[in-house]
Amino acid sequence: MRELFWLIPLFPAFGAAFLILFGRVISRKLVSWLAPSLVGLSFLFSLLSYIQLNGVWVKELFSWIKVGNLSIPFALQFDPLSSIMAVTVSGVSFLIHIYSIGYMANDWGYNRYFAYLNLFTFSMLLLVLSANLPLMFIGWEGVGLCSYLLIGFWFEKDAAADAGKKAFIVNRIGDFGFLLGIFLLFTLFGNLSFNYINSHVSAVSPGIATAAALLLFVGATGKSAQLPLYIWLPDAMEGPTPVSALIHAATMVTAGVYMVSRLFPLYQHSGFALELVAWVGIITAIFAATIALAQNDIKRVLAYSTISQIGYMFAGVGVGAVAAGMFHLFTHAFFKSLLFLCAGAVIHGVGTNDMRKMGGLRKAMPVTFWTFLIAALTISGIPGFSAFFSKDEILKEAYLSGHKWIWAIGVITAGLTAFYIFRLIFMTFYGEYRGEGHPHEAPKVMLIPMSILALFSIIGGWFPKSFAHYLSPLGYIKVIEASHSLEIYLLGASLILAIIGIYIAWLVYVKRKGKGWNFGFVYRVIYGKYYVDELYNFLFVTPYRKGSELINRYFDKGVIDRTVEGSGEAALGGGNLLSKLQTGLLKDYGLWMATGIIIGLFLAIRSLL
Amino acid sequence: MISAIVFIPLFAAVIFIFVSGKNVKFFKIASLAVSGFVFLLSIVPFIKFEAANPLPQFQEFSHWIGFGLNYRIGADGISLMLLLLTTFLAPLAIASSWNYIREREKEYYIMMLLLETGMLGVFVAQNLFLFYVFWEAMLIPMYFIIGIWGGKKRVYATLKFVLYTMFGSLLMLVGIFYLWKVSPNHSLYFYDLYSLKISDSTQILLFAAFALAFAIKVPIFPFHTWLPDAHTEAPTAGSVLLAAVLLKMGGYGFLRLAIPVFPEGFRLFSPYLIVLAIISIVYGAAMAFVQKDAKRLVAYSSVSHLGVIMLGIFIFTFKAYTGGIYQMLNHGLSTGALFLLVGMVYERTHTREMERLGGLARPLPLLSGFLMITVLSSIGLPGLNGFVGEFLVFMGSFEANKTVGIFAALGVILSAVYLLWMFQKVMQGKVKNEAYMKLPRMNLREILIMVPIVILYFWMGLYPKFFISKFEKSAKFMMEISSKTEIVQVIDGGGK
Repeated sequence: MRELFWLIPLFPAFGAAFLILFGRVISRKLVSWLAPSLVGLSFLFSLLSYIQLNGVWVKELFSWIKVGNLSIPFALQFDPLSSIMAVTVSGVSFLIHIYSIGYMANDWGYNRYFAYLNLFTFSMLLLVLSANLPLMFIGWEGVGLCSYLLIGFWFEKDAAADAGKKAFIVNRIGDFGFLLGIFLLFTLFGNLSFNYINSHVSAVSPGIATAAALLLFVGATGKSAQLPLYIWLPDAMEGPTPVSALIHAATMVTAGVYMVSRLFPLYQHSGFALELVAWVGIITAIFAATIALAQNDIKRVLAYSTISQIGYMFAGVGVGAVAAGMFHLFTHAFFKSLLFLCAGAVIHGVGTNDMRKMGGLRKAMPVTFWTFLIAALTISGIPGFSAFFSKDEILKEAYLSGHKWIWAIGVITAGLTAFYIFRLIFMTFYGEYRGEGHPHEAPKVMLIPMSILALFSIIGGWFPKSFAHYLSPLGYIKVIEASHSLEIYLLGASLILAIIGIYIAWLVYVKRKGKGWNFGFVYRVIYGKYYVDELYNFLFVTPYRKGSELINRYFDKGVIDRTVEGSGEAALGGGNLLSKLQTGLLKDYGLWMATGIIIGLFLAIRSLL
Repeated sequence: MISAIVFIPLFAAVIFIFVSGKNVKFFKIASLAVSGFVFLLSIVPFIKFEAANPLPQFQEFSHWIGFGLNYRIGADGISLMLLLLTTFLAPLAIASSWNYIREREKEYYIMMLLLETGMLGVFVAQNLFLFYVFWEAMLIPMYFIIGIWGGKKRVYATLKFVLYTMFGSLLMLVGIFYLWKVSPNHSLYFYDLYSLKISDSTQILLFAAFALAFAIKVPIFPFHTWLPDAHTEAPTAGSVLLAAVLLKMGGYGFLRLAIPVFPEGFRLFSPYLIVLAIISIVYGAAMAFVQKDAKRLVAYSSVSHLGVIMLGIFIFTFKAYTGGIYQMLNHGLSTGALFLLVGMVYERTHTREMERLGGLARPLPLLSGFLMITVLSSIGLPGLNGFVGEFLVFMGSFEANKTVGIFAALGVILSAVYLLWMFQKVMQGKVKNEAYMKLPRMNLREILIMVPIVILYFWMGLYPKFFISKFEKSAKFMMEISSKTEIVQVIDGGGK
């Protein structure tokens, strides 16, 4: 596989190109076979490469940009870090392709949908397999583009088109930082390959490393929906639900975590940047978790949950535990995409996103209920389920590295997480059905991928050796051993809070049937998502639009253009240019102009000679 | 060789004069055939070009008027690429006019061919006087194209465009006379002018004169107000060539003449020009965002994008300079395509008011797809052509001056804001007008216009080396010439 792993992203690239060119003339049936099979091939190749991998494989395909001292090869890299990502991305993507066959069956844009989904898979695989920053940036913006296209898939809905555009622009703000980070790194190292930068960080001062690391991190906060650029992700739920599962939960949004892990030595060298990553992560985690407490749209709850969980991953990487962060990224890919696919099955069955119009679906949708429950137990960190291992790995590492506050916030967030996810379960599956029509279970083509993901949600954390052990060939992953008793004590804290969270959710939403759940002002603020969108509109969006309008009217037309016209009038002997222009007496002006030119020339030449 | 490429359109235009104007189909097909043939012909120098040699190749010389006013043409790498851009887009622009132009077709196609000769001449002239002749001559067909086949305010727009440009050219002409006078043997051959030793103070004056002419042409803020009017009123093909080719002449003038002939002048003015280029980037983007007419929006987007190109040239690092030249080609393609597509929408809906459009992706899926990919090219999505140029310019600027790099890169955000906004207004949402559901889809002619452009987006984005390697050496050489510092001998006598 060493010589063939570069084919991994090319299968879906071929699929995307083929579907975009011929999607309008080929049958749905062919698409349903072609698109998932190509991603399946990527998965197969990823898996085989993963098994055979020893050390670091780099394959340079051709020279992409070469100008002066800048040389960027189109080079792919398969190593422990990227191999995990490639396997996860192609695997989850494959399952979601299958699921989509059922979910999108009646959509008029079926073929277009799969074209975008293939394009996304290609971009994401390119992102994770690229060996240098600019190449990663192709994938980085490519996944952003697919996100835009798929959020706005139902483009006739204004909300969807708005959300897609918002996602792209907010991501571009992040990418602005990312680009500057690339420029700064090039001025520092003269080389943009990850391996070169990672092995030469000590050549630059920590201060300048901090600047570069933080610029790149601005890009990560955009792509991975962290404070302060998280605002696009909740709106992104306008897209089809499988898209939310794949792009806005399992893969694309974790790209920031991957990028920081990829350049971990740079962040570590800076010190401060790493610390900031940890804090941004943990604050985002608790911030988003509180918003999730009060949302009634099933997908929005999960969106804020995603923001919160990615916060955990950043916190993990930020406290120096790359392996723990990547581990949680790995398990999260399964359980969060499962949560979304289950939510999709529910929406498919009842025809609404509003949990207030659900309830009692346990009987009508048994498979969905059980898989949803497995995912909920996983995210709550119940022992045995995969996230129990990965989340507690992060919290443990935070504690051991001396970040006691981060540990404490993480534990509280674990309680909040358990509450909001069981609130969702109880509102959806328990009590009486409050909606209209007859809810029905999803078709097999959707249930099978869900079941597979449920299996992985459970066993995804059962590793004989630690993640750190597997990543250690990278050379910058440390393995910390904690004492056994301390570990139990640390685990106990978050477990107790999780159980309390589930209990309160049960108390409020099952026993009291959701009545009396109102904290007045606090509730309204949380329900209103802290009014951050409104704040950004007030601070940035409106001033830019209004300011541009004013400048356009009073300065561009009023001053600059008036001056031009005015000098034109003056030059033409004080005539009223505008009114005369409209009379169409062109020859008059021609005459004046010719006279002017001749006089001008005459004067010029005379002064010279 | 080059002469044939330049003058075949002119000869064809002369022959056209003797054909009856009733024969509309003849003019459509013949002008397309001629410009298509010229494109094929221009591939020959592209292949034969020796990339390692930075000097003008395929030179042709004739005494013409004499006294240094010689006919001398040739192409170095930079000229070669701009020549190719022009010959590539001219047939597409002509093909885009087939339906749009419905009166005085004979004159129209004659004007298009004359325009092609004028544009090509500017890029291959190696003698300053010849350059000036082409520079001015090209205005005449453009004047008629906007003035006769343009929109409602065409007379106002065309006069503003022509007078403004001529005002700039006049100052340049004064400078040309001066150079003619001081140059040994009155030679106006570019490479003789480069070795002229002119005193600093004179350089500053002359640079200002040339720079003003070119800045208006680019246009750089605050000389840009003719552009939205000219674009909005021009017929589609006029806008395409105006944006794709004519605007490049300003940048070309800077790098070919103003900077290398008057390096001291440039050194003095460059900080101000850099600031103006950055203002153009941000200001053009902000103004584009608040336009109601799709064509005006694209016109302002040109101001912003040309700001990037000019920044690349003014900041004067090799990466940025090369990127700036590459971006000239990219902007030619993507903005040309934006005008083509807006024109196709206009031909169907008879409006460019974005408030009255909307939801067109449903009846016009293919057109919507082409607009999307063009928007992406224009906002510099990595993997497509626009990214390579912008990346080089921004990186080169950042290396020279971090603040400049930061402000310039803001364009990355702002261009996404206004172009995605436009895409949404035109293509997304509910169809505003039920009649739009029955709009005719893209026909084969329109598809064939767009396909070559889209292929180039990918080609130039994924394998830029193929193109950059052609002009890289010439770019480096132009920069070296422009960096000469010492003045051995002052020959101008200080201007009395």
